[in-house]
Amino acid sequence: MPRVQVLIRPKAGILDPQGKAVERALPALGFAGVRNVHVGRLIELDVDDVSQVEAMCERLLANTLIEDYEIQP
Amino acid sequence: MSLSEAVALGLTEGEYGLIVERLGREPNQVELAMFSLMWSEHCAYKHSKKLLRTLPVEGPRLVLGPGENAGAVDVGEGWAVAFKVESHNHPSAVEPFQGAATGVGGILRDVFAIGARPIAVLDSLRFGEPTSERSRYLLDHAVAGIGHYGNSIGVANVGGEVYFEGPYEQNCLVNAMCVGLVRRERLIRSAAAGVGNRLVLFGASTGRDGIGGASVLASAELGDADADKRPTVQIGDPFEEKKLLECSLELLDRGLLVALQDLGAAGLTSSSSEMASKGEVGVEIDVRRVPLREPGMEPFEIMVSESQERMLCVCEPEQVDAVLEVCARWDVGGAVIGEIIAEREMRILDGGEVVGRIPVEALVDDCPLYDLEPAPPAQPLYPAPPATLEAGLDVRETLLALLASPNLSSRRPLFEQYDCLVGSRTVRRPEQADAAVLAMPTGGAIAIAIDGNGRRVAADPYRGAIEAVLECASNLACAGGEPLGLTNCLNFGNPEKPHIAWQLTEAVRGLADACRALDVPVVGGNVSLYNEGGEGPIYPTPVVGMVGELPDPLHAGRSGFALEGDAIAIAGPFRPSLAGSELAKLRGEPLPDGLPEIDVEAVRDAQRAIRDFVRAGRLSSAHDVAEGGLLVAVAEACLAGGLGATLELGDADEAQLFGEGPGGFVVSGSEAALRELGERVELRVIGRVDPGDLDVTVGGEELEITLDALRHAHGALAELFA
Amino acid sequence: MRFGVLQFPGSCDDRDAAHACGLVGEAVLLWHGDRDLKGADAIVIPGGFSYGDYLRAGAIARFSPVMESVIEFANDGGLVLGICNGFQVLTEAGLLPGALLPNVGLRFVCRQVDLEVVDGATAFTNLCADGEILSIPAKHQTGRYYAPDLDPDLVVLRYATGHCFNGSQDDIAGVRNARGNVFGLMPHPEHAVDPLTGSVDGLRIFESMAAHVGAAHVAL
Repeated sequence: MPRVQVLIRPKAGILDPQGKAVERALPALGFAGVRNVHVGRLIELDVDDVSQVEAMCERLLANTLIEDYEIQP
Repeated sequence: MSLSEAVALGLTEGEYGLIVERLGREPNQVELAMFSLMWSEHCAYKHSKKLLRTLPVEGPRLVLGPGENAGAVDVGEGWAVAFKVESHNHPSAVEPFQGAATGVGGILRDVFAIGARPIAVLDSLRFGEPTSERSRYLLDHAVAGIGHYGNSIGVANVGGEVYFEGPYEQNCLVNAMCVGLVRRERLIRSAAAGVGNRLVLFGASTGRDGIGGASVLASAELGDADADKRPTVQIGDPFEEKKLLECSLELLDRGLLVALQDLGAAGLTSSSSEMASKGEVGVEIDVRRVPLREPGMEPFEIMVSESQERMLCVCEPEQVDAVLEVCARWDVGGAVIGEIIAEREMRILDGGEVVGRIPVEALVDDCPLYDLEPAPPAQPLYPAPPATLEAGLDVRETLLALLASPNLSSRRPLFEQYDCLVGSRTVRRPEQADAAVLAMPTGGAIAIAIDGNGRRVAADPYRGAIEAVLECASNLACAGGEPLGLTNCLNFGNPEKPHIAWQLTEAVRGLADACRALDVPVVGGNVSLYNEGGEGPIYPTPVVGMVGELPDPLHAGRSGFALEGDAIAIAGPFRPSLAGSELAKLRGEPLPDGLPEIDVEAVRDAQRAIRDFVRAGRLSSAHDVAEGGLLVAVAEACLAGGLGATLELGDADEAQLFGEGPGGFVVSGSEAALRELGERVELRVIGRVDPGDLDVTVGGEELEITLDALRHAHGALAELFA
Repeated sequence: MRFGVLQFPGSCDDRDAAHACGLVGEAVLLWHGDRDLKGADAIVIPGGFSYGDYLRAGAIARFSPVMESVIEFANDGGLVLGICNGFQVLTEAGLLPGALLPNVGLRFVCRQVDLEVVDGATAFTNLCADGEILSIPAKHQTGRYYAPDLDPDLVVLRYATGHCFNGSQDDIAGVRNARGNVFGLMPHPEHAVDPLTGSVDGLRIFESMAAHVGAAHVAL
């Protein structure tokens, strides 16, 4: 049974305060040269029919108004 | 199993010998695991039980006293209010978000385990100084965890306290109190009964959370290896608990249960054995029937798992189907895992095979209780706090510095992270009065407060503990509440050390004397010991939670000035002293050796008078004088009411302006009302409420402090939450 | 006037909403698993953490059997009020435009706020005047309203200047659908109906709904 990973990212252009918070925290811990941090979600699932995953994303797993999704593999 | 394994699990050689003697043989793995938890300090109260027996536990309004999952007091018309406070100190030091969250989860379960619907939580938190990054991290995450759990489950967080003191740097304190509402006839006890009745475990499935938590975390000092203890911290799921709560209350509503118990420290072992012990019966449990989250769990793991959001109930065999149907409807897992047996033993099976067998008495009652060997410390235990205040500040600068100090500045950035409204009962929200006030279905109301004391108890354990109780009752009085009962959490260091044993003994003595003087019974509580690390023990910290009643919520008290032209007075047997005060702390002064004597009866009488006048609507405001003394209390009343004041303080010295002590109240009202109050308690009019600034004439000088300046200083804590 | 108040696993302010509705008319609780709306004249989707806010707030609740009936009811013109989590459910269900994102400060905030009535002519605000200020508590962590290309006519309530703590675009606190029968807001009017526990400005919203339904009945 194939295992699929769905990466869900906040859509570009929408304020991502979680990403900003992480981006601000890293230099304080001594990590320099970090930019463009975004925080999303990972959903992992075993599926019988991989072709259904896109529909799952459209209907439930992602809110396509505010999120982009990427199915891997 | 052998002695070395026993010692690795936290048992002493002597205790292991007793176990072997009671069993007539060496214990096996399952049995040793069960003993190691049930005989841990956290579960057995080995070093404190004898002392706790000295607390007064009787009262005319008491419905359920210590010994059950929570205590309860009568509030009229067939209603009772259940409440208890508990600690989750060690888990919070390791993982503050989950530690604090599951602390809330645990105390909620204790309250609905007796059939009460939780309606409020309060929390008492103590960390090291906020200059420490670690302490800021712990505070931030603990508050987030408490908010996450309480908000998600829909129970209002209506009050609390936070203190920052060096001795808590390595051992933070997270104490959570829950208050619930129940019809008296619906109160359920935990004693198992009825041979042949079934044991049903319901709630979340069982995993490896917290394995060994009670013995590993709560009963030992924290050292460097504690990052390795991380896997044993429990993870909480408030959504699961919400379903569990509704399911439990419906099971009780339908009269389907004989007994109910929540699973907390030591999981299935403690809940089932305590139920059996109270009911003077035995239980047989088949671990194979426990719904598991992880594959391949060993019987001992299943018996000691501290997975959250689980309850254990006893029901008649004919009711099992109905019980499981209610569980299914709430989407809560449920399984029959065993039954009540006549033999008074814990019989643990794995499928058909017996894997453990312990007499109930041996597990629950035969744990040795130790006598403390108290001796006052030969030298000071605590370093002087670091000085953060320059010398030579005038009255104005001192007042602003105190208001901006971490222990005094507004907690708004914290309490705004909590839902204080759900339930539609909240009559007084945080910072509106000295105590939270919640409306009752009787048309009356209850007042609730939680107050603890560390530094002053360190200076004088006996008098410091009395002060903690008086402070809590004074806060209730200012809201119009009469105390009905008290719950306490005793947070102390290692009781095997004579100076800690002395702190504990003296503090409990003070607690007992104060409760007797106020005629308030202790309804239950918690003890957390071994709160010390390499740098020394925490301040001895008794935390007290009180519930009081007031007949008319419309006349609930307010702490802020309300009416221009009102007279302002300091009322009560207030004998302020700078010893052990916040000002002394900020100046870096070492702890005094002892605190001034307290006239407890006079303070009690003052509380009664304030309460009566608040209830009668004769006072516009009433505010207990606490940290920072009189001038800080007046400033707080100005800020709460959004009004200024004009004060004439003659030649008041520093002790009178900023000194501390019990029994002082800043009240405002008409001159006539204050004159009448003055016939019942000591009272001195010190000024009047005025729009505009806080103008103080003292020592021949006139100071003008704008409300903006006060507000700005008072808002200092917000920087920590930017 | 019968209000139907939905109950999902995890709803917190359902009883509070039912209590508020009960001050104006009759309130019945509608279980998520049941399609029967029990003859409700208006539906209220209350606040809380339905399904633990798992995945996204409101994302799972919108698929429940009762929501199928509510969607049909809304498409037929029935009044639907979504409060806080209810607002989130309505955006996830596509009954209202936009989406609710985490507060810009990332923290849960519980605070009394002033709301400005932008549109006093809706079925939910007909007893309020344009520009009137309502004092109502807000308590949420995921309340930042985002709706690209939003028709400005759909804005019903805004946070007064300085009162918006969540970063919502244009300080929007509540919006309606184009037809005007569905309305969602993040603040909690059901917690502003009793002088004992705060302001009573929230009562007007429930009273407006009853007035609207009453007028519709009279018109028949």
